[in-house]
Amino acid sequence: MNRMGAVAKTDILAGIPVLRITPPTGWQLLPAKELWDYRELLYFFVWREIKIRYKQTAIGAAWAVLQPFLTMLVFSLFFGRLAHISSEGLPYPIFYYSALLPWMYFASSLQNATSTIVDNQRVITKVYFPRIALPLSAVLSGLVDFGISFLLFILMMVYYHIRPTVALVWLPAFLLLAVLTALGVGLWLSAMNAIYRDVRYVVPFLINFWMLASPVAYGSSIVPEKWRWLYGLNPMAGVIEGFRWSLAGHGMPSGRLLFASMGVVLVVLAGGIAYFQRMETTVADVV
Amino acid sequence: MSETAIHVEGLGKRYRLGQRERYRAMRDVLARAFTTMFERNGERKDGYMWALRNASFDVRQGEVVGLIGRNGAGKTTLLKLLSRITRPTEGFAEIHGRVGSLLEVGTGFHPELSGRENIYLSGAILGMSKREIDRKHDEIVAFAEVERFLDAPLKHFSTGMQMRLAFAVAAHLEPEILLVDEVLAVGDLEFQKKCLGKMQEVSKSGRTIVFVSHQMNQIRRLCERVFWIDAGQIREEGVAGDVVARYESASLSPGNNSADEKRCFLGWSICGEGNTVRDGLRDVTFHFHLRLREAVSQGHFGVAILSDSSAVLAGWGFDNLDMPAGDQEILLRIPALPLRPGAYSITCSIFNRGNNLTGGQLLEEWYAVPPLVIDTRPLAHPQDRWAGVLNIPAEIEVSAQQEK
Repeated sequence: MNRMGAVAKTDILAGIPVLRITPPTGWQLLPAKELWDYRELLYFFVWREIKIRYKQTAIGAAWAVLQPFLTMLVFSLFFGRLAHISSEGLPYPIFYYSALLPWMYFASSLQNATSTIVDNQRVITKVYFPRIALPLSAVLSGLVDFGISFLLFILMMVYYHIRPTVALVWLPAFLLLAVLTALGVGLWLSAMNAIYRDVRYVVPFLINFWMLASPVAYGSSIVPEKWRWLYGLNPMAGVIEGFRWSLAGHGMPSGRLLFASMGVVLVVLAGGIAYFQRMETTVADVV
Repeated sequence: MSETAIHVEGLGKRYRLGQRERYRAMRDVLARAFTTMFERNGERKDGYMWALRNASFDVRQGEVVGLIGRNGAGKTTLLKLLSRITRPTEGFAEIHGRVGSLLEVGTGFHPELSGRENIYLSGAILGMSKREIDRKHDEIVAFAEVERFLDAPLKHFSTGMQMRLAFAVAAHLEPEILLVDEVLAVGDLEFQKKCLGKMQEVSKSGRTIVFVSHQMNQIRRLCERVFWIDAGQIREEGVAGDVVARYESASLSPGNNSADEKRCFLGWSICGEGNTVRDGLRDVTFHFHLRLREAVSQGHFGVAILSDSSAVLAGWGFDNLDMPAGDQEILLRIPALPLRPGAYSITCSIFNRGNNLTGGQLLEEWYAVPPLVIDTRPLAHPQDRWAGVLNIPAEIEVSAQQEK
């Protein structure tokens, strides 16, 4: 028995796939093969998210740039110029924007993923597909905004004459870590929100709280060296430090912090998948 | 073509009562955990309800099977189990081939996206591949008759146009097994016929169809075999004509209805014409069959005709009604029913000792089954937007104004 308890085997005589529908049993694994079969639907979900997001806003894609840009300005002014928080030798705008890139991606992915099951309840109660495609598409569609806001960062690098270093090759790895973090937490939240509707109201608070606990407005160097690994238990600490390092080539994050982050992400993700799959078996009855 | 397409054994679905009361809030759960802590041996007081139980049957490849039964009998639950939308509580089903389910028209439509974009989105959600949609795109557009508006956002489409587009996408679904809930009950009648034709075409090409409908003429036309589902059980199974006939007589004639004791309304018809109005400009008499377990005094009888968007198109209420217990028939006569061709719902209610405002006792509120069908010639504006809900003939005369 694996995914959904619905096992596809091949009918030897006719060569037609046979699907067996049975009551749900215990915990399920990630329906990887099934998700692959539904990859086109996943693509259409991502495409829909992006299309609708840009159609419903007056200035469309400019939002993707405006949000981190304005936040960066405010941070540079208050935390940098006025509060004199150390930027570890980087220009303040670069220091903040390189952290806001992954942070904004994470925050908006979380917000979108949380409501995705509830928002799509009509579809969920009318047609079958692996439900995990919904939070997955919410997390993937955020990458487009990320890409747009990244373009602005390139301009900023040129403006501040900052040359990318060799560390840049690690950027995709840190981006992947950001995606997995968003997915892991997003799975938990979307499944919980399907069952308990008040989760949606907790999320904005959670995001604010989490940002303060992440090195967005400050560098992780303010955390004493021997506690760095503990700080790394917040996976976004690893992601953000990694981004700063690979983009601005400054302040390589400690290995302990990174490994702690990666370990936590894997645990959160595995737990999220299991919890989500469990919710999935009853979701059409509840939403 | 005698190979099995669907094999079902002992399939059952149990809902916890209250589980269908939508979602929970975390505070309710906490509150409940708190109260059960202080209850003796923490017994669960929730009841359970079997929406479907002990369903066992086989459907052969290429067969068209109809599911009939009253609202809430378990037909939709069965379709939802077979399409994997919900999981069974017991038993199992084996599906041989690709399944497409059509439980609603316009699944996945988004008002902000254009007609063309919605074809792709809805098609993908219903299980078509992009290549398949590319291939059938022109055919879908032609079928829906919406060529000119294809790039406008869906929200600017009239309801009729949206419905046609939705049907068109669904009609071009080509899975080996198609599960259809009562989706052909909406939309204008001309288009319904077109869809029915398309479905017949599909079934001739060897596809298996399981089909729920309240319109017995559709069932008779399309299905070879019929399952009659009653109170979560398959009550009867057999050749379409026979089972439908027995179902119809059972739902009209009192005595055979074993199910809920509380029901008052047994059925309805239009004098001599089944459930179809064929001339909207002539008088129409509705017959409502009731069984009263108690005498009604100073009661109230209400009837309304609703559009498919649940807007009340006409409604009547009658107070100070006295009826003895037993089987009764209420005749409702109206001089004309000039509604646009299509399917409409009827809802009736019966109160004892007063009405809904004076604190009367509601005996039953009934969503009449089957729906009302108006099968008349369209007389209003040819464009959906301007045709309205009434179907009244009109003439014009042009004359030059003489200036004095």
